[in-house]
Amino acid sequence: MSLDITQFYETFFDEADELLAEMERLLLSLDVQQPDSEQLNAIFRAAHSIKGGAATFGFSVLTDTTHVLEGVLDQTRTGELALRTDMIDVFLEAKDVLDHQLRAYRESAGSVEPDRQLGMALAEKLKAVSRAPQAAAVVASAAVPVEVPAIDVAAQFDADYATKFGDDAGAPPAHVIRQLLEIGGVTGETIGSDLTPGATAAQATASTSASLSTAGTNAPKSDAASGHAVLKIKLIDVNDTDATLLVEELGNLGTVSAREKAGNVLTVWLQSDCSPDDIAAVCCFVIDEDQLEVAYDETRGPANASEKASTGAVDAETQRALDADTAAMQQQVAAALSPTPIAADVPAAVGTAASSANAVVTAPATPAAPAAAPKAAAPAGTPEAGSIRVGVEKVDHLINLVGELVITQAMLAQTASKFDPVVHDRLFNGMALLERNARDLQEAVMSIRMMPMDYVFSRFPRLVRDLASKLGKKVELVTFGQATELDKSLIERIIDPLTHLVRNSLDHGIETPAVREAAGKEASGQLVLSAEHLGGNIVIEVSDDGAGLNRERILAKAKKQGMAVTDAMTDDEVAQLIFMPGFSTAEQVTDISGRGVGMDVVKRNIQDMGGHVEIQSRPNAGTTTRILLPLTLAILDGMSIKVGNETFIVPLNSVMESLQPTAEEIFTLAGGGDDGRVIRVRGEYLPIVALHKVFGVENARTDPTQAIVIIMQAEGRRFAMLVDELLGQHQVVVKNLETNYRKVFGISAATILGDGSVALIIDVPALNRHGRDDMTGFKGSNKQADKVDGGAVERLTHSA
Amino acid sequence: MTELIKTARGGASLALIGNAKDDGVANEFLAFTLGGEEYGIDILKVQEIRGYEAVTRIANTPDFIKGVINLRGVIVPIVDMRIKFAMGTVEYDHQTVVIILNVAQRVVGMVVDGVSDVLTLTHAQIKPAPEFGSVLNTEYLTGLGTVDDRLLILMDIERLMTSDEMALMERAAA
Repeated sequence: MSLDITQFYETFFDEADELLAEMERLLLSLDVQQPDSEQLNAIFRAAHSIKGGAATFGFSVLTDTTHVLEGVLDQTRTGELALRTDMIDVFLEAKDVLDHQLRAYRESAGSVEPDRQLGMALAEKLKAVSRAPQAAAVVASAAVPVEVPAIDVAAQFDADYATKFGDDAGAPPAHVIRQLLEIGGVTGETIGSDLTPGATAAQATASTSASLSTAGTNAPKSDAASGHAVLKIKLIDVNDTDATLLVEELGNLGTVSAREKAGNVLTVWLQSDCSPDDIAAVCCFVIDEDQLEVAYDETRGPANASEKASTGAVDAETQRALDADTAAMQQQVAAALSPTPIAADVPAAVGTAASSANAVVTAPATPAAPAAAPKAAAPAGTPEAGSIRVGVEKVDHLINLVGELVITQAMLAQTASKFDPVVHDRLFNGMALLERNARDLQEAVMSIRMMPMDYVFSRFPRLVRDLASKLGKKVELVTFGQATELDKSLIERIIDPLTHLVRNSLDHGIETPAVREAAGKEASGQLVLSAEHLGGNIVIEVSDDGAGLNRERILAKAKKQGMAVTDAMTDDEVAQLIFMPGFSTAEQVTDISGRGVGMDVVKRNIQDMGGHVEIQSRPNAGTTTRILLPLTLAILDGMSIKVGNETFIVPLNSVMESLQPTAEEIFTLAGGGDDGRVIRVRGEYLPIVALHKVFGVENARTDPTQAIVIIMQAEGRRFAMLVDELLGQHQVVVKNLETNYRKVFGISAATILGDGSVALIIDVPALNRHGRDDMTGFKGSNKQADKVDGGAVERLTHSA
Repeated sequence: MTELIKTARGGASLALIGNAKDDGVANEFLAFTLGGEEYGIDILKVQEIRGYEAVTRIANTPDFIKGVINLRGVIVPIVDMRIKFAMGTVEYDHQTVVIILNVAQRVVGMVVDGVSDVLTLTHAQIKPAPEFGSVLNTEYLTGLGTVDDRLLILMDIERLMTSDEMALMERAAA
């Protein structure tokens, strides 16, 4: 083929990821006692789609693994195999294996097959689990005692069919006929113009009636199927191999009720609740769009509103009625068979048989719930209708452009401000409108990048389930605020810290059921994940009702590690200790936690995102970790300040107050010069960080009493920043400096002012640390004092 | 300079006129002057040419890194090659030219004395770079181009801009 198929790999990988995530979600929410057949179907379809895609691209390891999984899922969804908890565990494991294989394909860009071992081991497990005896008590769609022969009949039929008609070029494939049988009975077959000898027809139908009785167990499903819409699908100019493949595919999406070939057009009638788009999507794996036509066929729609209507669950009474009816149907079919073959064409035969089957079978009273309702309520798992896939670069580009617009608008506003508002009132009105429009546009565009927290929270049910069972604990996961939105980049980065916190809660926080009961708590612990907006921030909490932080152990460990701690520290201060690098009170290092590299990394990650984390705990009651993150990194409320001739921007949320100090408030540390100055504010001594020193600005005011001192706060501490003057307050668009340049100390990013010039945004935490280093280093020996000007001025310089 | 040209061309008289594309491969170069010499860089690396406007200084950087400018919303660092290669006193006026480059997926600007034109050079017109360097380290030279009377020192501008000595890029920490 001249088509380069590798360009579609990325799409396949993304969609397969989504399908696997969906599969996991459904597996976790399955009720083992009464599994919802729609969910089972959806799980099966997910596996099937992945197999289809994998086969198309020639990913043989993935295809083979998925094929085995699909087989067992198929048995489960048709009711042949009763669902058990250990099966769900194996299915979840299968999902992991598929994930792993997909990742391997992705990393090698589809060129290298992953190791077969995993897949083969999994196949063994799947086979083992599907062979195990079924629990008789399970009342599900598998309530019907389906003997294994159900499969064998199909195979038997296929074999019979193949021997009878296999050589005929015009014979429809066996599985098509088999599926027709699932709907009703075939009263006869003709191939071409040859009339099959009556005997053969009788044989065919004899075995069909045999399969019909066992297919009677499928009756609920198929009769419900008769309540579906019928899609007329035309395959134009499609070769036989592809056509066969496609018809088989379609059979998995619904029931093929008929097919007809005229010239180079193969028409297939499919009873399905899938939309034409779904069908098209499936077929387009194999053929082109112009080879396909899909439309609803009203004429063959749900002709018989008499719904046998079941969701797949068949109660005993209905089943008995069914058995009686299938027997009756058999007789009817046999009667309909005359020694002379009936040259009815197949679709018509199906029509009549189906209607007669329906009429017969609907006699018993059945629950009236229309088949349409449950089907409609569970549309195809892919939420295609309301969303579009867009690359992140496009969205970022859009955000940049809107940022530009805001800057340009600010420039215009600044220029316009010089005009007389009364004379140019129309201009000012226009400017006000423009500002509002620009702001609205900006908010709307920023919200494109916002994703709901559910994206993060949805990973945890599986993690909690696995971890809890591994640790032998019972944990219930509760989530609030899944719809709360957060910028995509932050969402990605919050996953790791949250995972760590959840693992900690499970490992250290929540106790085993025995311990809990002894403490008077419920055996099952509760882990709460919540997210909500608060001001311009988002607050994410991880909360457990476990044992809480052990104050004594923490203090003891801290003392052992040589930290400066006292017993007089408050509980909160003790809690902060666990954020220290290398800290862990775990007795043993497990693979889950205990190495002591966790909490400080969590804290640092969150700080890098511009947020902070705090922790509260009460003994025996539980621990709550609270993470605060800014909603967006792209816009900043800033204060512009002047140092010398240069303008800088300071993030407003770090500014506490500003003042012009008097000489009495400035102190110098013993032996110090300029670097060791502190200012006393309300009894507290804060180090002074002189910006002109940090940034080497000339012509700046160096005397604090002639300049302005801004009290800043960062990372829970405060310091004082020396600047020349305050200019104003504005919202600025944050521009990354490192895109084209590199990281500069003390500068977090840049922005563009109203006059088009660039201003640098100050990195407050970095300056805070610098100020403190200055203070502590001052006492050290790594400074040289030069006596300049005969000793009048003592200069302190850093080394290295 | 004239001596250099004579030596480089081995005393031969004027070579080909630039338009001969007989060997089928033509490279386009932007010619600019710096410190009295003419240099040529691959035109594909040049994004645009601007005048010099107010630059925002960045602290604690080498003196040839003037700072950053706002280029239609993108923050672009500006380096002054005249300072880098110590070519005497530099002035910034309305005739100062900044070439905005797009190298290694970054946008960088460099101040030069002047920009002349875009030349197409065939392989035949490009001679290998001499071993003894001019101001530039020879590893950044890709050859010498000859057009009419002119001698163009052909430079691998991407290599130069991404090098450590330009201190423009963050080196990955070990």
